[in-house]
Amino acid sequence: MSKLVSVQREARIPERDADKSPILECIGLGIDFGGLTAVDDFNLTIGRTEIAGLIGPNGAGKTTVFNLLTKVYQPTRGTVLLGGIDTHGMNTVQVNQAGIARTFQNIRLFSSLTVEENVKIGLHNQLPYSMWSGILRAPSYWKQEKKAHEKAMELLSIFDMQDLADHRAGSLPYGAQRRLEIVRALATKPGILLLDEPAAGMNPSETAELMDNIRKIRDMFHIAIMLIEHDMSLVMGICEGICVLNYGKIIAKGTPEEIQSNPTVIEAYLGKKKEA
Amino acid sequence: MKINLRNKRTRTDFLTYAGVIIAFVVMTILQKEGAISRSLSGQLVPICAYVTMAISLNLTVGILGELSLGHAGFMSVGAFSGIIAAMSLQSAIPSDGVRLAVAMVLGAFFAAIAGFLVGTPVLRLRGDYLAIVTLAFGEIIKELVNCLLVGYDENGLHMMFNLNGQKTVADLGLTENGIEIIKGAQGATSTTTISTFTAGFILVMVTLIVVLNLIRSRSGRAIMALRDNRIAAESVGINITKYKLMAFVTSAALAGASGALYGLNMASLQATKFNFNTSILVLVFVVLGGLGNIWGSIIAATLLTVLPEMLRSFAEFRMLVYAIVLILVMLATNNPTFKLFFERIRTRFFKKPAKEVRGK
Amino acid sequence: MEFLSYLISGISLGSVYAIIALGYTMVYGIAKMLNFAHGDVIMVGGYISFCATTYLGLPAVVSILLAMAVCTVLGIVIEGLAYKPLRAAPSLAVLITAIGVSYLLQNSALLIWGAAAKSYTPIISGTLQLFGGKLSIQYISILTVIVCLVIMAGLTLFTSKSKMGKAMRACSEDKGAAQLMGINVNQTISVTFAIGSALAAVAGVLLCSYSPSLMPTTGSMPGIKAFTAAVFGGIGSIPGAFLGGILLGVIEALAKAYISMQLANAIVFAVLIVVLLVKPTGLLGKKVMEKV
Repeated sequence: MSKLVSVQREARIPERDADKSPILECIGLGIDFGGLTAVDDFNLTIGRTEIAGLIGPNGAGKTTVFNLLTKVYQPTRGTVLLGGIDTHGMNTVQVNQAGIARTFQNIRLFSSLTVEENVKIGLHNQLPYSMWSGILRAPSYWKQEKKAHEKAMELLSIFDMQDLADHRAGSLPYGAQRRLEIVRALATKPGILLLDEPAAGMNPSETAELMDNIRKIRDMFHIAIMLIEHDMSLVMGICEGICVLNYGKIIAKGTPEEIQSNPTVIEAYLGKKKEA
Repeated sequence: MKINLRNKRTRTDFLTYAGVIIAFVVMTILQKEGAISRSLSGQLVPICAYVTMAISLNLTVGILGELSLGHAGFMSVGAFSGIIAAMSLQSAIPSDGVRLAVAMVLGAFFAAIAGFLVGTPVLRLRGDYLAIVTLAFGEIIKELVNCLLVGYDENGLHMMFNLNGQKTVADLGLTENGIEIIKGAQGATSTTTISTFTAGFILVMVTLIVVLNLIRSRSGRAIMALRDNRIAAESVGINITKYKLMAFVTSAALAGASGALYGLNMASLQATKFNFNTSILVLVFVVLGGLGNIWGSIIAATLLTVLPEMLRSFAEFRMLVYAIVLILVMLATNNPTFKLFFERIRTRFFKKPAKEVRGK
Repeated sequence: MEFLSYLISGISLGSVYAIIALGYTMVYGIAKMLNFAHGDVIMVGGYISFCATTYLGLPAVVSILLAMAVCTVLGIVIEGLAYKPLRAAPSLAVLITAIGVSYLLQNSALLIWGAAAKSYTPIISGTLQLFGGKLSIQYISILTVIVCLVIMAGLTLFTSKSKMGKAMRACSEDKGAAQLMGINVNQTISVTFAIGSALAAVAGVLLCSYSPSLMPTTGSMPGIKAFTAAVFGGIGSIPGAFLGGILLGVIEALAKAYISMQLANAIVFAVLIVVLLVKPTGLLGKKVMEKV
């Protein structure tokens, strides 16, 4: 196992966000599965409009961090502050409402429903009409559904997907499914969007387009984006801060340039140089 | 070719309503003209009850995606509470129609309570475990009703549980004018039958409106979302328990109303009528009609209620034939080889194959 | 003393449930399907044994062997004709097919043997008197418990040691991977059905020795209860099925004796619900974590 070096810089966020409180702060976050420590001593701060990257070799615990943030797993220790609010004791639904949305490594769409319905489900908590108004088709139903339709179309237009609105989500090509997952997450009005390997399975031109789109989303919605990705051209191209995870611990944090030249990171990815 | 699912759905809903209305009108006219056999005529109300059962179970199994093997239990709760209500209110509400309506509403209400009581703790179980608990619930209801003694007189309702098998209705201490409503294992034996085909039709329409409108609303979308992908549904802020319970209780309430209709169509009714086999029968309607396919449930429930009657000429072979038909239909609709065969026929003779969707 | 005799009758009834539950649990573990026709295979086993002893005058042991042979073949045929074509189908479709098979068996039995109850001659009669006649145990109870223990031990050995047993465990973990390792999955599933059905035949004989009236629907209620027992103990687990069966039998016997004859089944099912709420995968079931 590689020697752990101390974290280089604490809590550095982009200068433009410096005057605002960070959207996400993790302090000493960790989880054990049985006796195995999957993530330990995870400290990270992300600014309001930062694009951050979480990288590391396979099995380093990156997705586990996302699962901890979204409370798919309850952390064994540590604190997660979301926009300054402690998320301790919250469940997945509550942290979503508190402003965190995500996509999944293995796509999880509502595949038998249409594209538009998938987005409308993301809008669920913004449509305040009751079950009875729905069954009786009360005026609030028509009003809210109209609003939902317009909003869904607007969100789909980010990725130029309006034409696909009535298609079944499960029948979409792979890339479109990934994009739909992002739209659905955005529909919940998050303060921070977690993308789990958004470029997986995409070709270079699609990846380039995705990079533009991620920036576009950040600029349109003024939200923070944190992404797990193995495609280094994407990570180095758009991330302002990068955090490297290995064996469940942070081994380096910094700007893309700093990470690229960090010996510990190189060692974690490529292995140790043989000493003569 | 662009498939517009939204319009297609609205059209299907519309055709479903229209189909039910037309079927009702045609059957009513035929009945007036005396053009249908007595046995079929006697099946009309049960058909409506089973159609309602199938649609409501489809809400649990097809839309919510949870297997329930105890749907007849809710029907039982609705049937017997409906019978008690209708029998006790005879003097208070002289009009049969109004009394039937009240009985159905009460049946739905009590079944909804049962659904809530069962659903609250149980819906956190998954898959087969949930199925077995619903099965257990159905059996429990059956045995409880089997022990139930209910009577009514000027002093109100009298109820008693016959736990040791010794008690009879006589122990209720009814006055001379009292009526014995439920007599333990003998069940309800002297119910005044007030159910009508029209009432059955109205119940089916109400069920359709409730279920179809629910599916097309935000609540229905949430229910289908957690069926398709529970973890993703949670991640976009859908409260799993709330929507599971909503679907389950709605389904139970509709089954209760259907039970009241069914119960008030029978002069004599025992709790054993609503056993595991009845739950399975309704499940068969739902699966054969297609999961989530409301229209399919209606057709399957109607055909399979009438089928044993039509097979009467086979006499003792009819249930055997029914079993074989069931197995063959399942094989034909689910085996890849069979499916391909049917698909080929369909594409050759009827229409163009559905094109793959090409995104950008 | 009274309690002891109820307890013993509960354990022996539970042993019958356990034998049936073992069949359910093995089939579930490997084919991932609820074989609703299992209870009706029990009934067929009972009828075969009945015919062999009553009409052919064969000794009880031979009748049991004959019943096992017929049920084994029946199990393999059912699996091959009805379930194998649906290997890739949704589980509900398989469930409904199983129900169809169950109806088919019941109604075939109705046509062959008629609706009237046949009175089955128990394979062993007589009772063992203990404590100067204060406690009497039927020999059939003792036999049932012994048979159940032998079957349980045999199955445990079989699944852990034999090549086929290991293949079964591999298939229950991951059919695709098992196939890639050169295991004949279809054959393994057939063997599982064969074993389950042979057990059902044994259970049928024991069950009929208890309550000697044999009808086409004889198997359904014990089938449902044994299925419950399998879930109770944690479906897919062999010791679980054993434990679940015994517990179910004991609860049923005690409930009948001390609470209410009428509500005995209701109490059994209520206990099941409570157990599942506390331990959602049954007493010995493994908890499966969903990967996100």
